[in-house]
Amino acid sequence: MNIGNLPFVVAALLVVFGIYTFLFKRNLIKLVIGVSLVETGVNLFLVTLGYRTGGIAPIYTFAPEAERMVLPTPQALTLTSIVIGLATTALLLSFAVFIHRHYGTLDVRKVKELRG
Amino acid sequence: MRKAVILVAFLFVGAFLLLAATSMRPFGEPSFADMDDYFIANTQVEVAANNAVTAVVFDYRGFDTLGEATVLFAAVVGVLALFRKLREDEV
Amino acid sequence: MNTGMSVIVRTITRLVYGLSLVFGFYVIMHGHLTPGGGFQGGAVVASAFALLLVAFGAAGIKGHLNQHLLQTLEEIGALAFLALGFVGIGTAFFYNLLANSGSLFGGSVPIGPNAGVFNSAGTLPLMNWAVGLKVMTGIAAVVIVMLVGARKEETE
Repeated sequence: MNIGNLPFVVAALLVVFGIYTFLFKRNLIKLVIGVSLVETGVNLFLVTLGYRTGGIAPIYTFAPEAERMVLPTPQALTLTSIVIGLATTALLLSFAVFIHRHYGTLDVRKVKELRG
Repeated sequence: MRKAVILVAFLFVGAFLLLAATSMRPFGEPSFADMDDYFIANTQVEVAANNAVTAVVFDYRGFDTLGEATVLFAAVVGVLALFRKLREDEV
Repeated sequence: MNTGMSVIVRTITRLVYGLSLVFGFYVIMHGHLTPGGGFQGGAVVASAFALLLVAFGAAGIKGHLNQHLLQTLEEIGALAFLALGFVGIGTAFFYNLLANSGSLFGGSVPIGPNAGVFNSAGTLPLMNWAVGLKVMTGIAAVVIVMLVGARKEETE
């Protein structure tokens, strides 16, 4: 394994921790934290895909002379992904509040009944 | 029994992800950069902006930003509608 | 959450709130020159609103941040962004008609590293304003509704 590949390994580790959290925990708030961890790992992976060695930010205002620039497209896609993650987390937390008001508990194994 | 199956499946997925991360191409050399080289070279000529990321988000790929604005709008309307229904239950 | 936090937090909030608003509007406005833009600046201003809500409680901001006004402003922001896409419909959807043209934001930029020209980039600053308004009022409305709605149900 190449030691320079460490950013990709860190992003994969974040995704693995997030999957562990929402497979093995019972509280609803911990499930939401697990989903948020998976989204963070994916965003980090997207940003590290577009790096060029020795590159600067893709902005021309006060830029140093004649250097290579980092790719701008993965940064634009990561922006979209962060906003969608925010929207998903807001809806998940609203549903958690709703479930707690209806059942009185936040344990995932106790909210199994379909009441009409 | 069920917990053992879930544990084995999780270990399998985790090992696959880590193996895929260690055998990626070297960090710092993107393979397909032709479109981004065109964007970097032509931002100041066509879009007349200094910021290449904003030009990609709002001009070259503006349709994706429209989709993202729609998702944000739908999420805000969903949260507001959910809490409005609860207030009408009390009345 | 109806009461807010202690005197120290409230004093520091009064000092920091105006600076946060100015910084957020600066990040939105200069999106075509420096890192930033609509989404980032909208998040900064929304976090200033959330700081106000946490420090003073739901009862302390009752007269200042109205939920229905925030909802209306968010809809205006979304419609303005969609209408700006139709400006250059003669060539394509989302075509940048005002760039390099000499009218509202139509200056041209010298090639290579430079010091930044504000009067440039066509429809980009206008789109930055529309998206920034949408993001900041949307997130502020969501935070207010979740706080006020959750607390009111528990006390009744």
